[in-house]
Amino acid sequence: MSDHEYVPKSKFGKWFNDRLPLLSLASHLTDYPTPKNLNYWWTFGGILTFCLLTQIVTGLTLAMHYIAHADLAFESVEHIMRDVNYGWLIRYIHANGASMFFLAVYIHIFRSLFYGSYKSPREIIWIIGIIIYLLMMAAAFMGYVLPWGQMSFWGATVITNLFSAIPLVGEGIVNWLWGGYSVDNPTLTRFFTLHYLIPFLILGLVVLHIWALHIPGNNNPVGIDVKKPSKDTVPFHPYIVIKDAFALLMFTIVFAFFVFYSPNVLGHADNYIEANPMVTPAHIVPEWYLLPFYAILRSVPDKLMGVVAMLSAILILAALPWLDTSKIRSAVFRPLYKQFYWILLIDVLVLGYVGAMPAEGLYLLIARVATAYYFIHFLIILPVLGFKEKTIPLPLSITEPVLGGFPNAAIVKKKESLN
Amino acid sequence: MINIFKIAYLITFLLVGTAQVNAEEKVELLKTDWSFKGLFGKFDRGSLQRGYQVYTEVCASCHSMKYVSYRNLFEPGGPEFTEGQAKAIAASFEVTDGPNSDGEMFLRPAKLSDKFVMPFANVKAAQAANGGAYPPDMSVLAKARSGGVDYIYSVLLGYEDPPSGVTLDDGVYYNKYMYGNKIKMSEPLSDGLVEYSDGTIASKEQMAKDVTTFLMWTAEPHLEARHKMGFKAILYLIILTILVYFSMKKIWSRIESEV
Repeated sequence: MSDHEYVPKSKFGKWFNDRLPLLSLASHLTDYPTPKNLNYWWTFGGILTFCLLTQIVTGLTLAMHYIAHADLAFESVEHIMRDVNYGWLIRYIHANGASMFFLAVYIHIFRSLFYGSYKSPREIIWIIGIIIYLLMMAAAFMGYVLPWGQMSFWGATVITNLFSAIPLVGEGIVNWLWGGYSVDNPTLTRFFTLHYLIPFLILGLVVLHIWALHIPGNNNPVGIDVKKPSKDTVPFHPYIVIKDAFALLMFTIVFAFFVFYSPNVLGHADNYIEANPMVTPAHIVPEWYLLPFYAILRSVPDKLMGVVAMLSAILILAALPWLDTSKIRSAVFRPLYKQFYWILLIDVLVLGYVGAMPAEGLYLLIARVATAYYFIHFLIILPVLGFKEKTIPLPLSITEPVLGGFPNAAIVKKKESLN
Repeated sequence: MINIFKIAYLITFLLVGTAQVNAEEKVELLKTDWSFKGLFGKFDRGSLQRGYQVYTEVCASCHSMKYVSYRNLFEPGGPEFTEGQAKAIAASFEVTDGPNSDGEMFLRPAKLSDKFVMPFANVKAAQAANGGAYPPDMSVLAKARSGGVDYIYSVLLGYEDPPSGVTLDDGVYYNKYMYGNKIKMSEPLSDGLVEYSDGTIASKEQMAKDVTTFLMWTAEPHLEARHKMGFKAILYLIILTILVYFSMKKIWSRIESEV
């Protein structure tokens, strides 16, 4: 970081900054040199920060009115929806906010996959990101249990039962998680506590994520190292701030549309039926953002191996910087990888689709093929591709592409015509 | 700019795609024009008031509505009875209160602040009186069934003689739209079952529509406020987005690059 030169103008500022360099930090954040060719796929970091803060603020407000008790939880949610001032708004923002959060995080992850942002020297940023993603899934799952509807209850039963697949100690672990012999009040209260805790863990990790990002600086669509600061970079403020703000506003329009006009379309109707341990719903389905992993879980006939496959599907991402052997970051210069990237994206969407369908017949077959391909992509295609692929030559800098193959050829042409 | 459209397109595609996955309907449900759908959707007050009448005269003998209070009946966005009417409605029911200073429970007329009085003391009593089936609480019913209001409307009108080959036990009825086609509630509506005071003809379809509208309101009492605020919020966001877009263009014009 190149902020050592920063000296506050006022005497007090200097006195304070020598003791706690908050002003240096602010100066670093505003001046932070950012590649000027970042496209809109790079705005989702800011959007995700917004999502996290929205969830925390609405969540705190909901927690003031919610009652974590098996007999009262459902009723207290209805109380929020009916009698709390703008309770319906706060709850719908929070419930749809979870979906928006995952939508943004998936775009953020797939952006990283396309432009190779996980590669050296950004492995730690990536791994912290995967931990955040895991915590998000835990928080979302436990949050979905809190309204104590049918899907809450049975979702909790199915997911916690996965731990029973562990040999020898499985049953014991499940009872320990439940705090009893079935999902009940002790389960609800601990889920509420953890649901309250996790967002703050995520917040801490986000700080680390951004800190780690500010060491090497942003990757960019061309994927080459950028000299900082230089004519290839712009200061974070105002250039990136305004661009992030614009993208965030576009995002909030979509967000608002769901909150105000289809607040329940992403949820499941059964969750408006109060939890009943005696009645099992016909189909137990998780929220849409967990469906691909649910499909992987169900595609393996053996319970233990299913759980292992599901966890591996997530954890394999953490090994990605080493599984991808190619030195070239951006898919723009990797014609073969680019095709496999899109196949992977379709594969994950297919997994999500079959995850929502009953696990039988053709759906099960598709789920198995898609699961197999998911692992083949990471374990075979990526490592081999790094050695076999003939890549397109990289430009020397993002402003002056010398060797051709520059993605934004229009700028080059414009420049030439000016000369 | 092209990228923005790409993003917007992808987001819409993803969300619409996943929404459709959840909505797996096998039988085509009956459709009717609901006044509360759409960007400016509002409840039809007359329909809500008639729907309340159908609920209270027909459904309420078995189905509770434990999250709705009598005061809701005159609050804005609902049936909007006058406060006097709502008080009179409340007073026609009796609730158990207490204990009083002698330690006794006592009966008193319901007040505006009371929740709708339940037809049965508890779930077991409701089951005992209904051949083992529990008539579900209706407060959030319209949100608790996939297909929502269309589903409820269809079930109310979906009673038929069972097709040949289907045998029904005593107290079980055939319904075209019910999951599994078997329902333990006998056909609740018939033409002219209630007498509407506003002169509307109480056909089966009319009553089904009115009571379903009423159920939508009890499930989503702030629906009108939500639609109203949503329009303002989104309009505001669009204008702000446009302003920020031009500011962004201006700021980025200082350097030689595209946004």
